[in-house]
Amino acid sequence: MNILYDERVDGALPKVDKADLLAELQRELPDLEILHRTEDLRPYECDGLSAYRTTPMLVVLPERVEQVEAILKLCHRRGVPVVARGAGTGLSGGALPLEQGVLLGMARFNKILEVNPQGRYARVQPGVRNLAISQAAAPFELYYAPDPSSQIACSIGGNVAENAGGVHCLKYGLTVHNLLKVEILTVEGERMTLGSDALDAPGFDLLALFTGSEGMLGIVTEVTVKLLPKPQVAKVLLASFDSVEKAGRAVGDIIAAGIIPGGLEMMDNLAIRAAEDFIRAGYPVEAEAILLCELDGVEADVRDDVERVRQVLDAAGATEVRLAKDEAERIKFWAGRKNAFPAVGRISPDYYCMDGTIPRRELPGVLKGIADLSAEYGLRVANVFHAGDGNMHPLILFDANTEGELERAEALGGKILELCVKVGGSITGEHGVGREKINQMCAQFNADELTTFHAVKAAFDPTGLLNPGKNIPTLHRCAEFGGMHVHGGQLPFPELERF
Amino acid sequence: MAFSYDASGELIAQVNQAIADRTPLNIQGSGSKAFLGRPVDGRVLDTRAHRGIVTYDPTELVITVRAGTSLLELDRALDEAGQMLPCEPPRLGEGATVGGMIAAGLSGPRRPWSGSVRDFVLGSRAITGEGKHLRFGGEVMKNVAGYDLSRLMAASFGCLGVLTEVSLKVLPKPRLTRNLRIEMDVQRALQNLAEWGQQPVPISAASYDGGALHLRLEGGEGSVNAACDRFGGDELDVGYWDDLNEQRLAFFRDPRPLWRLSLPNATPPLALPGEQLIDWGGAQRWLKSDAEATAIRAIASEVGGSATCFTAGATDSPFQPLSAALLRYHRQLKAALDPHGIFNPGRMYAEV
Repeated sequence: MNILYDERVDGALPKVDKADLLAELQRELPDLEILHRTEDLRPYECDGLSAYRTTPMLVVLPERVEQVEAILKLCHRRGVPVVARGAGTGLSGGALPLEQGVLLGMARFNKILEVNPQGRYARVQPGVRNLAISQAAAPFELYYAPDPSSQIACSIGGNVAENAGGVHCLKYGLTVHNLLKVEILTVEGERMTLGSDALDAPGFDLLALFTGSEGMLGIVTEVTVKLLPKPQVAKVLLASFDSVEKAGRAVGDIIAAGIIPGGLEMMDNLAIRAAEDFIRAGYPVEAEAILLCELDGVEADVRDDVERVRQVLDAAGATEVRLAKDEAERIKFWAGRKNAFPAVGRISPDYYCMDGTIPRRELPGVLKGIADLSAEYGLRVANVFHAGDGNMHPLILFDANTEGELERAEALGGKILELCVKVGGSITGEHGVGREKINQMCAQFNADELTTFHAVKAAFDPTGLLNPGKNIPTLHRCAEFGGMHVHGGQLPFPELERF
Repeated sequence: MAFSYDASGELIAQVNQAIADRTPLNIQGSGSKAFLGRPVDGRVLDTRAHRGIVTYDPTELVITVRAGTSLLELDRALDEAGQMLPCEPPRLGEGATVGGMIAAGLSGPRRPWSGSVRDFVLGSRAITGEGKHLRFGGEVMKNVAGYDLSRLMAASFGCLGVLTEVSLKVLPKPRLTRNLRIEMDVQRALQNLAEWGQQPVPISAASYDGGALHLRLEGGEGSVNAACDRFGGDELDVGYWDDLNEQRLAFFRDPRPLWRLSLPNATPPLALPGEQLIDWGGAQRWLKSDAEATAIRAIASEVGGSATCFTAGATDSPFQPLSAALLRYHRQLKAALDPHGIFNPGRMYAEV
């Protein structure tokens, strides 16, 4: 589906002489590790979206901010595109390299610089893993709240670039809500501090603008995150339903009762069966849908809330409601959900994970729409859903070795995302646009909105050297590929020529 | 019944006129926060005709409102559904509008625990400096498509566009609220707050007025009552927090200029040149002072914070000056979104 950089529609890239660039980098930065042989470059040719690969021209692996500064200055001077990469776990191809560019690996910046329990913050280098922050804060009974499912491997720099979420977002927010400050380098290699050690900073909220900007506006070199006190207890309820509609309505009922669960997850029958087969979490395999509702906080409140939620679930028509009897069972209930992706991976040679968000009330209609599309394309879809915050992860099951199935899976995925946009949702809740959803951006935003995004990009990176081709499509790309989505006989972007 | 009217057409026409005559606009709601920032020399663009709640479904926890809607109307609608905007933005005037609330980005006593105004912004519509009416973000909790221009609008004082509509995340009100007043000295108060901040205690506001620590506890009955038993002290009148937020406490009647210091958590007591009132558990300190701006800013900067002057005309640069690099990118961003320089020029900084 034209995911790889295409100069025809994504814009011409500068011509870079590899030998020349390598020689200059080696001369200016003699102690910088540079990978340039094909076999060394191969591990870097994709991120977590492994269906798409491009071999970078060079990979640089700096260890000091001064080196990053010098690399950026050199690349800026020579007009060389730079793609930043953290742990490479991103699911939207945000760190997909360019043949004509340098891949800037930030993984070696892996030091926790400071954990300050009194100030409730941790100051870390961008390559530090998400989970490592909470582990370092654990002796103080504190933790870092956002917990993307890749938290064991993903790095905080990447979390900032993607505005990563997780299963606790409704109550504890996204990455953007849990940052105090980032140190960045501009495309010109100039240092800037966004945010501050205080709760706000003078000027425009550039910290908010940079969070989720996918490496398009600058390179993150240090991150200060907020730490929260660990909740005293967490209890989880598992509710079974004989229809997804009932489960969807129960979610609204819980919130209408004035309760904000720490986590509220939904799985459909295919996902339940796959997870149960893999993890033996004790899920009811006959249920059409299950809800996992976690309540956390001070013990007395949690006890009250568990009773309230139980009543709401019963009233909403749950066929069974179970409270995890101890911590071991709570972890088991969650293990089923957290392993839903690999579980689906066991029942299908390949799967393609989508990341749309919708207003929760639209859930029954969207699930029906997905079922219809699934039948139309002849591919099974398992649904797992961050029900509390409307973030769906339909998993499309396919076999890449069967001719045409990958293309069909992608087309089906694109249709699902368009359905999300149609009901007032978004094409990406937490995985980012990257290259993967570059075409769907044409459905989410109109030409004026995209033009505004390009203007913002140009304010920070006028020559477009940082992560070219990601996040925001060119209008030419929309004319070419957005043209697939004809609304009411009207081609979008009619003023542009078609290739 | 609240009045609802879509005046976006008129607002776009006025922006286009301003682009055509190259006349700067002074974007205003009720003017309740006009004292904040630098004066703007421009034609007044009044947003108040564009008002009303567009959509509100309490179970979605999202409300979409037009910028000219009064904060009182927003609060009333949320109150009826048992919900609230947790950052409790101050009105500072009866007519305060939603647009002004976002543009000024001020948050109330709950801010350290709940998040700021920008943390509750999910999406917005705005008229750009090219006269286009665009939509960014949306009505969903999680959305990472495109740059986050909606949250960027918060606290930008109308310098980047005319905000016409905003979607906000809202939350259920806590089941129980109790307020305490505990006498102690400032050292002890700030020490306690730094310690309690590391524990799962349901504090949702903490202020120190020179004699006593004022606490608000919110949550379930069990946790709130247990915390009250633990902390002791006297019941505090519930009106205290609104009086603090709306600057009606006696402290604010001191005739000297008012400054707001935003400081890191756990900053120890500071010797400031004047009278002070501590809020946000120590992270926000109000100061009544005749001292020079540079002297006040030096104290704030020294501990990693910044200072803003809240009295009109007391200083030519009410907001803390930016580093040269930051200022350059502010100007470039302003030029990108407002190429003709018509939106509140100079309101935040003379050069922006």
